[in-house]
Amino acid sequence: MKGAWRQWLLRHGGRLGIYLALIAASAFYLLPVYVLVVTSLKPYAEANLAGMWHLPSAPSLESFLRAFEQLRPHFRNSFYLTIPATLLSSLLGSINGYVLSKWRFRGSEVLFPIMLFGMFIPYQSVLIPLVQVLQKVNAAAEVLRIPSALRGLVPGYGSIAGLAFVHIVYGIPITTLIFRNYYATVPNELVEAAKIDGANIFKVYRWVLFPISMPAFAVVMIWQFTSIWNEFLFALVLTQNPAIRPVTVALYNLAGSYIVEWNVQMAGALLAALPTLLVYIFLGRFFMRGLLAGALKG
Amino acid sequence: MRRVSWDRLISILLILPSILAIAVFVYGFIAWSGWVSLSNWDGLPPDLSWAGFVNYVRLFANPRFQIDIRNTVVFTAFFLGACIVLGMGLAILLDQGIRGENFFRSLFLFPMAISFIVTGVTWRWLLAPGDPATGRLTGINVLLNTVGLSLFQWYTDPTVVHIPPDGAVGQFLHQVGLGFLTTPNFGIPLAMFSIVIAATWQMSGYVMAMYLAGLRGIPEELREAARVDGASEWQVYQHIVFPLLRPITLSVVIVLGHISLKIFDLVAAMSKKGPGFATDVPAYFMFETTFQGDHYSQGASIAIFLLVTVSLLVVPYLIYSTRREAEV
Repeated sequence: MKGAWRQWLLRHGGRLGIYLALIAASAFYLLPVYVLVVTSLKPYAEANLAGMWHLPSAPSLESFLRAFEQLRPHFRNSFYLTIPATLLSSLLGSINGYVLSKWRFRGSEVLFPIMLFGMFIPYQSVLIPLVQVLQKVNAAAEVLRIPSALRGLVPGYGSIAGLAFVHIVYGIPITTLIFRNYYATVPNELVEAAKIDGANIFKVYRWVLFPISMPAFAVVMIWQFTSIWNEFLFALVLTQNPAIRPVTVALYNLAGSYIVEWNVQMAGALLAALPTLLVYIFLGRFFMRGLLAGALKG
Repeated sequence: MRRVSWDRLISILLILPSILAIAVFVYGFIAWSGWVSLSNWDGLPPDLSWAGFVNYVRLFANPRFQIDIRNTVVFTAFFLGACIVLGMGLAILLDQGIRGENFFRSLFLFPMAISFIVTGVTWRWLLAPGDPATGRLTGINVLLNTVGLSLFQWYTDPTVVHIPPDGAVGQFLHQVGLGFLTTPNFGIPLAMFSIVIAATWQMSGYVMAMYLAGLRGIPEELREAARVDGASEWQVYQHIVFPLLRPITLSVVIVLGHISLKIFDLVAAMSKKGPGFATDVPAYFMFETTFQGDHYSQGASIAIFLLVTVSLLVVPYLIYSTRREAEV
């Protein structure tokens, strides 16, 4: 019996070691998830540091309700911010990628890396002018007497429209990159053939490129949705008014409040992570591709 | 022929808004920040009168900023090291044709979908230090205690490990004129490791995904041929796999490096500047200086410093990859 065990170990020991290592690594990645979930299900009295690892004595959704109550307007802000910004920046990226891959012009090869640089910069280096310019936009809206019903659409300082505008502008490099690299794989002969058939620049896009663009749109939209939802610095600096803060800033403030209710904090963190986590779970394949595209061409 | 040039014009018009946006919002604003950093603007009302390089002189003389540079170096080194070792290790394990590969891969990668704020809030709690006075353990310390490790102070630890000036090494350094190496500014702040752990938790799956893509790109015949020639499994990795993964490592260093140099969210959510600035970083210093302290010109000088360090890393890479693409 002992001999058989030994033989089994000799043959499969390596495999066993691999699985054990992978399971140990899984524990590291799941540790915060365990604590998040367990703590969120606890009442305030039980959610203390010493009992962090204990299971809740009577699981309840009370902390989720409390957290949701506080975060609800900010969830709405995040959706108002993220969805239009994602759609517009994907469209813009698609057009740019189309021009830079199929309508190259003199200097477009040099222009591209110059544009790409914009996705690596620390945004601190543009924040001071950005705040000033967006404040000027508000002042201009005042002078132009834009009716209050339309004020929400003015991309000024301290507004969701302004924040969305900023995300669209600084999203140009990455969205252009993904679309350009995707369209580069479409044979030029297809474009040429369509041109010979009399298609103009719009028709070539509409009938040749756009119909096969869905995978690239999926990658870009998921990437932008995730990045804009999770973004913090712009949101923190450009939203002084608490009413328009997106959920990342609201969670940050919730965690920084004087009365530390860990259960509510953890429930809030879980809720704030949920939309992007769902996207990841259901559309992970596209998420991966976006990640790898973010590293240029590996 | 007329049609083609008409389309050509439209193509330029289509991309022009983006070009202008990048020109103004990236390059124009950087120039503007650069100008602010050379001005006297201190306090809320803008004052763009010329001050010269006085803000930079003051910045580099500022003890907090010197500590920030040390912290950035320490954080970058340990964060990159941990991510590369863990990411490559997991990729190699997953590349062994194991069952449940998809499951493990998704599991290691999911933190990438979460914001640094969620990560920071969660790890702040996990790494909450106990009470050193009573020896009461909390969080991760409870787990570590079961394997015999004693109380850690994590991000509240003000300790900076550095070469003792009066030790043998310290005295030698003093004699050869390198005494400054024995100051805490050339030490390792222990609190920074908490940030390293949280950041590694978030980003190592990404590194794993990149290495795994790289491993999948190596043809099996290549490894098989080496095995036929009598190479051991270790030699196959040493002479074939690792050299072929070098371009991936370069990408990893660029991507993680520029994230690490400008890290802000995670530090803000976890520990802010920390005890004795033990977890302070230039990006957080810039935020406090500019938007809480209203020292705009001083803040701009930190921003420009950040931009220069990131550029030193990214610009050569952008030029290199553009050239390589042009060759293909």
